[in-house]
Amino acid sequence: MDAQPVTKTAEQMAGQARVISVSEFFEKNRHLLGYDNKIKALLIIVKEAVDNALDATEEARILPEIYLKVEELEKEKYKIIIRDNGPGIVKQQIPKIFGTLLYGSKFHRLKQSRGQQGLGISCAVLYSQLTTGEPAEILSSTGGGKVHRYKLKIDVKQNEPEIIEESETASKTDWHGVQITFICEGIYREHKQSILEYVKQTAIANPYCSITFDSPSGKMVFKRAVDHLPKEPKEIQPHIEGVEVGILSRMLGDTSARTLASFFTTEFTRIGKTTAADICQKAGLDPKTAPRRVTDQDIVKIVKAVKEVKLTKPPTDVLSPLGDELVEKGLKKELSPEFVTSITRPPAVYRGWPFQVEVGLAFGGGITEPAIMRFANRVPLLYQQGDCAITKSITGVDWRRYGIESDKLPTGPISIFVHICSVWVPFTSESKEAVASYPVILKETKLGLQEAARKLSLYLSGKRRAEYQAERMRIFDRYAGETAKALEELTGEKAEGIVKMIRKIVSHAKPEDFGEEPPEQAKGAKKPAEDKHDEN
Amino acid sequence: MTRIEDPRKDLRQLGDQVVKDLQAEKNPDIQLPVRALSNTFFDEKHRLIKLGDKLSHRTYLNIAHTRKFMQTLMVAAECKKLLEQKQNTTTSIRDLYYILKRTIPGTDENTFEEQEESDPVIEDIEAAMNTLREDLHLHAEQKGSLVGPLVVREPKFETESDASKLGSSGYGIPSICEPDTVQFVSNEAEFVLVVEKDAVWQRLNEDRFWKKHKCLVITGKGQPDRGTRRMINRLHNELKLPIYVVTDADVWGYYIYSVIKQGSINLSFVSDRLGTPDARFLGLVTKDVEAFDIPKNVTIKLNEGDKKRAAELLNYVWFKPKPWQDEIQHMLKVGYKLELESLSAKDIRFISEKYLPKKIKDEDFLP
Repeated sequence: MDAQPVTKTAEQMAGQARVISVSEFFEKNRHLLGYDNKIKALLIIVKEAVDNALDATEEARILPEIYLKVEELEKEKYKIIIRDNGPGIVKQQIPKIFGTLLYGSKFHRLKQSRGQQGLGISCAVLYSQLTTGEPAEILSSTGGGKVHRYKLKIDVKQNEPEIIEESETASKTDWHGVQITFICEGIYREHKQSILEYVKQTAIANPYCSITFDSPSGKMVFKRAVDHLPKEPKEIQPHIEGVEVGILSRMLGDTSARTLASFFTTEFTRIGKTTAADICQKAGLDPKTAPRRVTDQDIVKIVKAVKEVKLTKPPTDVLSPLGDELVEKGLKKELSPEFVTSITRPPAVYRGWPFQVEVGLAFGGGITEPAIMRFANRVPLLYQQGDCAITKSITGVDWRRYGIESDKLPTGPISIFVHICSVWVPFTSESKEAVASYPVILKETKLGLQEAARKLSLYLSGKRRAEYQAERMRIFDRYAGETAKALEELTGEKAEGIVKMIRKIVSHAKPEDFGEEPPEQAKGAKKPAEDKHDEN
Repeated sequence: MTRIEDPRKDLRQLGDQVVKDLQAEKNPDIQLPVRALSNTFFDEKHRLIKLGDKLSHRTYLNIAHTRKFMQTLMVAAECKKLLEQKQNTTTSIRDLYYILKRTIPGTDENTFEEQEESDPVIEDIEAAMNTLREDLHLHAEQKGSLVGPLVVREPKFETESDASKLGSSGYGIPSICEPDTVQFVSNEAEFVLVVEKDAVWQRLNEDRFWKKHKCLVITGKGQPDRGTRRMINRLHNELKLPIYVVTDADVWGYYIYSVIKQGSINLSFVSDRLGTPDARFLGLVTKDVEAFDIPKNVTIKLNEGDKKRAAELLNYVWFKPKPWQDEIQHMLKVGYKLELESLSAKDIRFISEKYLPKKIKDEDFLP
């Protein structure tokens, strides 16, 4: 038998291995961040920029004004401009923020915000550069009449900004904020998962924001419905329940605490001396151990011990749900429904992270078909509906109990709005399109949906009863004329007088006189529908 | 039942009661006898189907009744109007339907959509008012035919008709066949033969069966109408003629006989005028197939509808006599039925020359 010639040695192969930069990784795997096709790519660029603009304005407590323009330059080549009225970005930070992947202020902190990883906007820059070779143009002003302008690309090998042009100009206005221009490949469509839908849903979930969208099919203005921002979310320390070995190891290396016990009390939320001592005792470690001396085996013991200790839940007042007023106003202004209701669930905790669910239901009026609107930290989720915990919760509700036609998902003219906010929303992937199905998230969402459905059901059964009553009255009235004429012929009594008498008994009629059962209230409206939740 | 010849007073009372309810701000209620199997009984003494005393309530504020409530008063009012016209004017029930049919203002709904809606309301009024359609001067389409040595006078038309001299069509039995409208002048017949099928009636007329056997031959062309049944009733009661009925040997034919004999469920309030309890059933019966050596291939297999109806007939009190129970059971056992026309398979004149004469001679009847 001929032996296969050995072509490479292990040493030779080791020589080929090298570190790849995150930018190189993205270059090959852009689908991981959602850039799977040209239609979606345009949407993601808009979304990343608008999300950043909203985060920045809100953090600076400014009512957001966003200008968005999508312009077709040639076939499948677009120019996208996003301008906000936020605080702007200081000059030194501009190249790093837009020209480095995974550079961000939000990854290491725990606070409800749209962006998390510091990946989105630089990926948009990279995508543009990869598809058209064009740099991104950034204008930023922190106020005071100066505008910084950069044209930059990303050096893929080094994952560093490559500045093409840089200038500073005096501004004639007192504008502050950021304006980004991308030139990229893409396809513009106005279907269900489109920029237009994203903007519309953003306007619903952020009703304090005003958006002007200059689209290839015309200019649209989404006016704000309220003039105040929701309360500001607070930053919190991590909760020890959700912390894993790796993170613990890093934190132990970074901490300025002198002892293990004080490491627990200072670096984590809601851990007092007693709990800290308890963890140390259960882990068999001396509370006075210096954090840097804690070994990997000790860390495993700590993680185990944490599970045995009774922990106080993390603070939940750190979140900023929209609240009933904003949810309902947002739905009303964009959908003009006949009826709208909302529920804000109390905060809950998954894996040590606080989260909160809000549900809005809008019915009838301008709504003609069923729609599901999913939001995470006020950002619309347009893709991967089927994989999302929100969709699973919606299909878990027996809508028919509430008098709402359904075939798993409701089929009538109803828009379902679900917002999950958290200091750390668990997405199923980096492209942030679907919320992961933690049982407690499914449960909270379903409870919220059921509570809201109960309110809708009360409205619908009231309406049905009123319609039923009115229809009965119409029928009774319809036959009054001929009945009266016949009675005049038989008795000589004047028909007009008889009609009046008939109208009188009709107006006093009670449903029990009608000879048939009036429509029942939906069963769910009578008793709470706390049916067992499917934990999977 | 006492017949009320001028029901105008009762019609007025019906209206007054409704107006009284309205004045008292009550939901007006018209009470009507229930015309259904549940409210009929077999009067053993008179051997007739009679109406019971259950009343139904038709109220204005019951959504299922409102339209019928209006229709009932409309028919009542129109009847009153017709009665106030000249006594010798009659109106057909189809005319009545058109007189009352109109579009309700502001809707696309008519007061009556079909004659099938107004006819039962007329029957309701008859039953409720103890009156008869005939006394309300309402008539239906003429349906029955009579042939034989009978002379009748119709005073209103100033005519006398000899039913033996009217050719192939015979005497058309009027829808209103009351003593004041149809009078018997002379009769030479000794019995009456009622046949279900017009085709058989034609055969018997063509063969001058009535002449040879000194009888009257009547057909109601299927289920006989009220005029024909009234004629049969009067021929028996006034002229004392025996009545023999000939139908197909099937459940529908047997029921036609039973209606002629003891009245119908629907018109049970008028059985004593329409029913003829002394009528006899002459044939066909399924046993005739063997008795007359009728070829098996002209029989028809029973279908599910036949079997279901047969089970119902077995339960009616008036089919309880043993010969009837035997016949229906026999039919179910052999699994076939038989049409009158099938006798022609033996010979075109078999029915008039062999079958009927033998049955009559042998008095081979079912009760």
